[in-house]
Amino acid sequence: MVTVHSVQELSQAYKILSQESVKVIAGGTDLMVLYTGGLSLPNNILDIWQLNELRSISEEQNYLKIGALCTYTELINDKKVKEFAPSLVSASRTIGAVQIQNRGTLGGNIVNGSPAGDSLPVLAAFDAELELGSARGTRRVAFNEFYTGYRQTVLASDELLLNIFLPKQQEKEKSDFYKVGTRAAQAISKVVMAVRATVNDNKIESIAISLGSVAPTVIRARVTEQMLTGAEITLELIEQAKTALSQEVKPIDDIRSTEHYRRVVTGNLIAKFLRGF
Amino acid sequence: MSVKLSVNNKDYELQVAPMKRLLDVLREDIGLTGTKEGCGEGECGACSVFIDSVVVNSCLVPVCQTNGTKITTVEGLSNNELSKLQQSFLDYNAAQCGICIPGMLIAAQALLDINPSPSRGEIREAIAGNLCRCTGYMKIVDAIEAAAIGDRG
Repeated sequence: MVTVHSVQELSQAYKILSQESVKVIAGGTDLMVLYTGGLSLPNNILDIWQLNELRSISEEQNYLKIGALCTYTELINDKKVKEFAPSLVSASRTIGAVQIQNRGTLGGNIVNGSPAGDSLPVLAAFDAELELGSARGTRRVAFNEFYTGYRQTVLASDELLLNIFLPKQQEKEKSDFYKVGTRAAQAISKVVMAVRATVNDNKIESIAISLGSVAPTVIRARVTEQMLTGAEITLELIEQAKTALSQEVKPIDDIRSTEHYRRVVTGNLIAKFLRGF
Repeated sequence: MSVKLSVNNKDYELQVAPMKRLLDVLREDIGLTGTKEGCGEGECGACSVFIDSVVVNSCLVPVCQTNGTKITTVEGLSNNELSKLQQSFLDYNAAQCGICIPGMLIAAQALLDINPSPSRGEIREAIAGNLCRCTGYMKIVDAIEAAAIGDRG
């Protein structure tokens, strides 16, 4: 017999999380697929869909503060997200189709922890921070230190993801988001990439490259980033970046694609970005 | 658990398992079988319904999350006579085998509710989450476009 605790206030959620072992459900777009597929769910479920205090989007100094329960549709339609995090809008638009975008949440994408989560490379490239809360208090952790392995996170069993603090894109910065899948809608990514760079007079002052579906977790390509930082964009450099990035990723063969294809496409995507300057 | 729902403007109070899918509650507990199950994993859109005017896949929503909401299914699109959109699907022979059509109608209505004059591109994006395995998309897009033009004219 499955018990569902549907809570309306954070304090109720904290209380249950501190006393019982529960599986948290938000929009359900990942969890319900497992449930229908016959994977047994824990008997105890915490339903946080009605926690409206986790649904707001606001500006806090240099950050956008995004509630964990914001749906992709809410991100796509929000003026502040459009202005300060255009890559997050691009990523949200590629997730499922409207039915999924209306229900799936940014927090769910993060906590579910699939390496193919399409919003995750944007959060990694922009060095987002996550606010986690429990009855013990709140803490902020770097998104890039949130995952410890395949679908493993630092979230404690009594904690909830509350808000995502996403540094605003600066005017001098350029960002882009690429998803390679079988089709534009509904597809799970073969390769997904977010890039953010400041380029002045053809010289790369800073660059952040993040990829999904090519490693057990979303990753930052630190080696390629370091190679490109301070370099001048030339045809030769673009070729070097292609080689470096395709070697840095660690993809596998699976139902959606092959290791070889993913390496080639990854290289081509960084080349495409750099040719844009 | 006890769940109160308004479905197509009729009130229901049901005793159901909390994690039962809204899709199954509509079909089995309420007897509205217009909403179809295709894939059961959010890929095909055949189970699309409105929850409080928002289009969702009812196979991915546990009924405990719908307590107190207003649901509209394909049966709720018509009011004694077919809606303009439904009539347009008939006029354009948009249904082949027909199993995707309830979901197509709901997704198309969701588009027309917020965008009464969509382009063909916008129509295709709005039904991108609805699969027709007869691959008869052209006539479906034609039917939606014609219904929208009818509204304009």
